[in-house]
Amino acid sequence: MRKWQCLVCGLIYDETLGMPDDGIAPGTRFEDIPDDWACPDCGVSKDDFELLEE
Amino acid sequence: MAPKDESASQPIIIVGSGLAGYTLAREFRKLNQDSHLSIVTADDGVFYSKPMLSNALTAKKNAAQLAMKTPQQMEQELAATIISETSVSAIYPLKHRIKANQDYLHYSYLVLALGAEPVRLKLPGNASNAIYSVNDRIDYKRFQDAIVGQKHIAIIGDGLIACEFANDLLNQNYQVSIIGPGPKPLNRLLPTPAGDALKQALESIGAKWYLEKSVVSANHQADQISLGLSDGSEVVSDIVLSAVGLRPRTKLAEEAELEINRGIVCNPYMETSDRDIYALGDCAEIAGLNLPFVLPIMNGARTLAKTLAGERTRLTYPAMPIAVKTPALPIIVSPPAADAKGEWTIEHDGQNVKCLFENETGELLGFALTGSCCGEKQALSKLVPMVLA
Repeated sequence: MRKWQCLVCGLIYDETLGMPDDGIAPGTRFEDIPDDWACPDCGVSKDDFELLEE
Repeated sequence: MAPKDESASQPIIIVGSGLAGYTLAREFRKLNQDSHLSIVTADDGVFYSKPMLSNALTAKKNAAQLAMKTPQQMEQELAATIISETSVSAIYPLKHRIKANQDYLHYSYLVLALGAEPVRLKLPGNASNAIYSVNDRIDYKRFQDAIVGQKHIAIIGDGLIACEFANDLLNQNYQVSIIGPGPKPLNRLLPTPAGDALKQALESIGAKWYLEKSVVSANHQADQISLGLSDGSEVVSDIVLSAVGLRPRTKLAEEAELEINRGIVCNPYMETSDRDIYALGDCAEIAGLNLPFVLPIMNGARTLAKTLAGERTRLTYPAMPIAVKTPALPIIVSPPAADAKGEWTIEHDGQNVKCLFENETGELLGFALTGSCCGEKQALSKLVPMVLA
């Protein structure tokens, strides 16, 4: 599982944890998140996230 | 010397390396990999998240840790030339060139992504220059170094940035006094019950409010600073942070005789009064709107990237709710348009407030949510009209 970071506010989406408060189940791959999903902290789109190199 | 008709072979120049400038470059490169692109910036060219400055203490980030990418990484990713630590002092629209430090640079198209600067109060007294304001990563470093070992911080301003900084400092157990002109915080953004809820929430974690007051003097007093207030009282603190508002940077455009109002005036295609110069972000006033927030920048950058890649595109703004980063009481607000006619209806349960702004026919034109009501953001965002259709 991978982690993605919001380029605007730094929020990290961890695929292992998902984002249950936002209706995204643990284990959801980033590409499987709906396209109209927005960063819960700053509101930018999925396109503004970048894969975090571990 | 290059003849004028060769200006098309000159680079596109973006002035500014904030969120606006860098996002535009990134979006442009998705559409065009060939055109030369230069970014001229007075800053160091480090890519960082400005919204994080007002919650960096809680996130345990210092100025160095806020840096997300070096200028070298940005140059590589964007296939752009980044000219940092370089101020642009003049634009010559007819010659398609700018003066950057001592050099003249030619452009095909110029994008002004200059941002906004904090309004600085000129106060009588000997401590006016000791007041901090934080608008970029370098300011933040100065402020963070200054507050080490201090106890009491006075914040001038009761708007979004002031409240976010107050919450961040309170989380670190600083004493915080907030002085502002409004009857409640975020007065221009929030209806009264939501503003009152925020006031109480920050109070409950230790904030001391001095509302409906302005600061009239600033003087050193031993190791501290005494602020004189309009009602004759004073606030004595170790450090003073000013967050009274932002002003679009328009001087450069004004001197080049571009049209200026509050910001640099642009049509909905983001063109200034010179057809080869565009403006984006906090410095721009596009179709009458100067919106210094993240989402207008992101939307503007995507639209302008298309135009610069050859497909002239009109800017539209969807509903763009603003999240106020005050963890003591999270707030989401989608303000109604300035000329919208309607009324607020308000439901509240303690600190959780839901405010809906509706017109006569019951259409939702704006909303403000606090605390647990923030969960309704997505559903409500789908109902409010576009900010710019």
